[in-house]
Amino acid sequence: MGLFERLKDGLAKTRKGFVEKVESIFTREKIDEDTIEELEEILITSDVGIHATQEIVNFLRERVKKGGIGDSASVKESLKKEMISILGSSSPIVLFGEKPFVILTVGVNGVGKTTTIGKLASRFTSQGHSVLLAASDTFRAAAIEQLEIWAKRAGAGIVKHQSGSDPAAVAYDAIESAKHKKTDIVIIDTAGRLHTKSPLMEELKKVRRVVEKATSHAPQEVLLVVDATTGQNALRQAQMFNEAIGVTGVALTKLDGTAKGGIVFAIKKELGIPVRLIGVGEGIDDLRDFDPEEFVEALFD
Amino acid sequence: MFESLTEKLESIFKKLRGRGLLKEEDVDAALKEVRLALLEADVNFRVVKDFIQKVKEKAVGKEVLESLTPGQQVIKIVNDELCDLLGGKNSRIQLSPNPPTVIMMVGLHGSGKTTTSAKLAKFFKKEGRRPMLVAADLQRPAAIEQLITLGSQIDTPVFYSKDAKDPVALCRESIKKSKLDARDVLILDTAGRLHIDESLMAELKHVRDAVSPKEVIFVADAMTGQDAVNIAKNFNEQIGIDGIILTKMDGDARGGAAISIRAITGKPIKFIGVGEKIDMLEPFYPERIASRILGMGDVLSLIEQAQKTFEQKEAEKLQEKILGETFTFDDLKEQLKKIRSMGPLENILNMIPGMNKMRGLTVDEKEFVKIEAVINSMTFAERRNHNLLNGSRRKRIAMGSGTTVADVNRVVKQYVELKKMLKMFKGKKGIKLPKIMPF
Ligand SMILES: Nc1nc2c(ncn2[C@@H]2O[C@H](COP(=O)(O)OP(=O)(O)O)[C@@H](O)[C@H]2O)c(=O)[nH]1
Ligand SMILES: [Mg+2]
Repeated sequence: MGLFERLKDGLAKTRKGFVEKVESIFTREKIDEDTIEELEEILITSDVGIHATQEIVNFLRERVKKGGIGDSASVKESLKKEMISILGSSSPIVLFGEKPFVILTVGVNGVGKTTTIGKLASRFTSQGHSVLLAASDTFRAAAIEQLEIWAKRAGAGIVKHQSGSDPAAVAYDAIESAKHKKTDIVIIDTAGRLHTKSPLMEELKKVRRVVEKATSHAPQEVLLVVDATTGQNALRQAQMFNEAIGVTGVALTKLDGTAKGGIVFAIKKELGIPVRLIGVGEGIDDLRDFDPEEFVEALFD
Repeated sequence: MFESLTEKLESIFKKLRGRGLLKEEDVDAALKEVRLALLEADVNFRVVKDFIQKVKEKAVGKEVLESLTPGQQVIKIVNDELCDLLGGKNSRIQLSPNPPTVIMMVGLHGSGKTTTSAKLAKFFKKEGRRPMLVAADLQRPAAIEQLITLGSQIDTPVFYSKDAKDPVALCRESIKKSKLDARDVLILDTAGRLHIDESLMAELKHVRDAVSPKEVIFVADAMTGQDAVNIAKNFNEQIGIDGIILTKMDGDARGGAAISIRAITGKPIKFIGVGEKIDMLEPFYPERIASRILGMGDVLSLIEQAQKTFEQKEAEKLQEKILGETFTFDDLKEQLKKIRSMGPLENILNMIPGMNKMRGLTVDEKEFVKIEAVINSMTFAERRNHNLLNGSRRKRIAMGSGTTVADVNRVVKQYVELKKMLKMFKGKKGIKLPKIMPF
């Protein structure tokens, strides 16, 4: 199965609801105000957000008025193009720079950070890279045990301290150890935290500073994990995490549910942060590279 | 957000200072903004549509109250309807006449079931019950260890089996065990699952049938977006839920999911989770959530109540006093008396944007009586100058008012803090004293 098929497969349920609705609109001959309003509903119920939706819808209205779009088929094409252009070109994680390549993983509570790290580690090890996980979630009960299980599953190493210890120190030790053993990749798990809690955001800044000190180039990737079920607050999360530690990419999890994760349009548009990965299940293989064209294509197919 | 909706409405209603009946155009203009606010707060599209329709029907042709502008009048109707929809106050978890009361926690992955289970156990423990937690999440790595750790933090036994494969059998066993150990509340922490995962939903049904829970609690993340309706609908139709707990309310999500879930299930929201610590579980107050979703503080009801008690001029006089820093103990007494006739002080403070964060101001109702007694025992001079209040004077006041020196100290401290805070209001541009007319 090619990537596109797998993606479509993973998004099958997502697609179904969306597509059924869109299809029923697109089979109509003429475009009228009702059509546009229905499109608005589809976008909003996908969590695209009222602002982005209005922008897209206004764009369509303009085009229709100018006579650029006559029938439903061309509305579909226009809408697709517009949405793809918002997401920009595909940007998976690319390894670069000196070893180790360090990925700092952050996000609010329960979004799927640890699970995504497990899946990602497994992908890298199966590509022949050596991977070390840093158990910097020293706060949540049994978080370290959870990461240990994933490390074992993925064939990755793990650096851990005791529960309650300094997360920055764990990250530091992991990088030192990776430098020593010439490990290719270090992935740092952190405790979930609400972006509104400044002491916890300060703690994260410290983790970043320590990582920067340990190597000159790291962290090459700061991955914000976003739950596709989340509504407009995901944009706030992206803003605040980005302000605090600079986010380079998003992993959008739980796309195997019925939520559409439309907030990524706003995250890309407002902050320029691309989606790198999507999670489509709890299993170790349920991770895909995010490809904007395929994503939009799969939604409208 | 508080400002933006208020400001938007302000500009719409600038032209409409009229009295009489609400006209359809006015209502439409206002509701357009309300609709956007609700959508921004993640209330489901369809739910918003129905809601706006309902409000419109109620609002058009309604008389504008003497004290309100048309804009305020519409917002008042919106607010009332929202509170109505969010439903009954402080609905408790029912206990079975024959223990154990079995409570089953269900929900999506990462919604907060495990932490909330521990919080509930702690809650029941405080109520004098003997809870037991059951680690029925056999899916997520280290979920059992997580519950064991939380259980030991609150000194509550956890029923688990590290090599259990079948949650149905485990839960059945847990009931036997609870009877043996005379545990009267049993809280089942089940694995997170997708509402469309047929096999896992079937498993949940089997657990339910095996343990006949008194309450099935649907745990939902306050940050949930539009999909909240689908998720809640599925859980309710397939498992049947009795109540809702909204988690992560300590963040800045507007929490529109609360409305969506209520509208789709009709089930009460019983608690909200407001922090990671195990005692951070609070009862649910519809008015607070309504104002949070609208993003307007509870300004309108403050205005409403304030108007009943305060005369505009009096309020202005108070403001002058505050700004002139001549705020005395007598003024404090006077204000407290008025505020008391408006309802619980805590609510009042919560209604004022920016005030709810002020610490040291939460005065218990019973405190009012004490504060008044303490102030009554002060001399004229003391009431105007708290610096006079040395140790022996405080002792005298305590004797005179039938309180303790600690009580007197507290009143003085509260007064000083209030004064300090009022000064802050004066200094800061962003925070304004609650005006009587915000529009
Ligand atoms: N269905 C589904 N569940 C996921 C996905 N990613 C994570 N989860 C689940 O979400 C829950 C929380 O994940 P976890 O990694 O512990 O979140 P963290 O607190 O951010 O580290 C767990 O039950 C995971 O199995 C996904 O892509 N799809
Ligand atoms: Mg984690």
